[in-house]
Amino acid sequence: MGAVGERPFPPGDYDVVVVGSGPGGLQVAYSLARAGVDRCAAISRDDRPGGMFRRFPVYQRLISWTKPDAPVPRGSREYEWYDHNSLLGDVESHQALTPLFMDREFDLPARAEMEAALAEFAARGDVQVRYGCEWESTRIVDDGFVLATSDGEYRCRVCVFALGMTEAWRPPIPGLDAAPHYADTGSPKQYEGKRVFIVGKRNSAFEVAQGLLPWAKTLVLASPRPVDTAVLAFSPLRLRYLQPFDEHIRGGSGSHVVDASIERVERHDGGYRIRTRGTTWTGELTFEADEVIAATGFRAPLRDLPALGVATVNDGRLPAQTPYWESVSVPGIFFAGNVTQASSGLRKHGVSPSSGSVHGFRYNARLVAQRIAETVFGKRRERRPLERDDVAGLLAGELARAPELWSQKAHLARVVAFDPAAGIHDEGIVPLAQFVDHDDGDACAVAVEYDAGGAIVPALYVRHQGRLSEHILPPHPLHAFDGDDYREELAARLNGLLV
Amino acid sequence: MEAQSANVVETLASLSLFGDLSYPELEAVAHTFEEEAFAQGQRVLRQDVSGGSFYVILSGEARVVIDGEERAALTRGDFFGEISVLTDTAPAADVVASTVLWCLVVPAHDLKPLLLSRPSIAYRMLQIEARRLRRANTWER
Repeated sequence: MGAVGERPFPPGDYDVVVVGSGPGGLQVAYSLARAGVDRCAAISRDDRPGGMFRRFPVYQRLISWTKPDAPVPRGSREYEWYDHNSLLGDVESHQALTPLFMDREFDLPARAEMEAALAEFAARGDVQVRYGCEWESTRIVDDGFVLATSDGEYRCRVCVFALGMTEAWRPPIPGLDAAPHYADTGSPKQYEGKRVFIVGKRNSAFEVAQGLLPWAKTLVLASPRPVDTAVLAFSPLRLRYLQPFDEHIRGGSGSHVVDASIERVERHDGGYRIRTRGTTWTGELTFEADEVIAATGFRAPLRDLPALGVATVNDGRLPAQTPYWESVSVPGIFFAGNVTQASSGLRKHGVSPSSGSVHGFRYNARLVAQRIAETVFGKRRERRPLERDDVAGLLAGELARAPELWSQKAHLARVVAFDPAAGIHDEGIVPLAQFVDHDDGDACAVAVEYDAGGAIVPALYVRHQGRLSEHILPPHPLHAFDGDDYREELAARLNGLLV
Repeated sequence: MEAQSANVVETLASLSLFGDLSYPELEAVAHTFEEEAFAQGQRVLRQDVSGGSFYVILSGEARVVIDGEERAALTRGDFFGEISVLTDTAPAADVVASTVLWCLVVPAHDLKPLLLSRPSIAYRMLQIEARRLRRANTWER
């Protein structure tokens, strides 16, 4: 560590450069150091750790839970499933830091509590970051990349962009530019007695609508896509922000949720006129409003990466990624944090990973660090040898309790490799798509998944002599997938591998 | 190399499958379903793995592979995965990206409501399936 006041990581040559100091950047920098990648520089344009949690959510309460008391000890691996907001430490003193800061008014931390926990993780885990250093542009060179920054040039073999979805994004609706974005929403009081029209029906739109319910005269949320109540029932949104939708469904409260394409937003002296056309109904509607809020989401600040060849999805808002969170089009560029939601994995039964929130992407970040350490820098992790009689028990325990499998359903898997010469080894946590798509010899994987009816089920995948088979096991009312029935079925299915 | 797909609504508007939809309807489809991109060589649909989706190619190319043997090539506007979804069985083939590939992804449980709420898509799909069937059934002379 440098002298007091000295900024770490001056411009120069590094193995890896991590850009960003939100939870994704902190987790990947922490995990790279522990995976043996020593020459790793972390840079950030911010002045302190925390990323989006230095400011958002606007109304200051998260939608993901942390339960300070749980049936398992705080700081254990199993506890991570009860604490969706702490980053992952390799030692107990770096684990489960969010509950230390919670006042327990809710089991959802306040924004400031989350920010404090992230800063504590950086301090305890010695995650050094060069703050106030802004990445400006990127070049591909023979052996890697050059990142030009406000402090000078960084040369590296691999870069990890943990950029967050931080740039306000607006769809190309004529006139919408005149309306403030969600990111610029003021205190609820300034909407007192007003007719408010919110463009959007996702997290930020419902969050703002909920905050304005006690203040606004009328509230309209509109976007082309209908609210899918079946999906909403499983969404963390329901925890806090469903009141506006509830009022719309029951009718007559001045709150409306409308499926409409917004044709244009016209500004006039008295406010706004919004012209819309129905998407799930036929016809047109014109709304008069005192205030319009564009709750139309965010995009990753990708700067010149698309020009470099980095493919994007979602109208250019997110970088497209492989199952190991590498750019699909520019090898050597990896991603961490909530932009990893663009890597959808198998998307079985339409279920996307939880990579848009901390409880999902913290595992992606740890795996991407291991992947870079192994495949780029040859720092192979130790694989724990297993006895054949222990395999079914290990897999059943993982199905019942592994926080990675439960946080990232049908996306992360526990893998065991069976090599006739080298024996049986625990491969640890691996993206399920990676396991399914790459034949690295006889092996099996378990994942926790939803079935077509929405029930949580254990899944076993067996690769034997080049053929992959999938076995969906029955659900259990308490998800107790480590009972004797499950162990016996796992053992039976693994028979071919174990002989 | 093409680094980015065009605006999804514009792309859908140019595909025959969605040829009868109005602009607001196209917007609703584009906002409801996600766009996904795959690296060259990455699998999109997996033989014998359940829970797959219906895919429409927005940009790029793919190949259909059964037991390791290539059977067909797919390109912009082509779709796949519907047989598996409609018959509720695991796909009988792999679909692998031959280039960087962009697709619109319609999860299985959303396909029936989509086809019932926008029958013109169902009709267009049926036309295309009929052509595929006729091609498959053509007697060698």
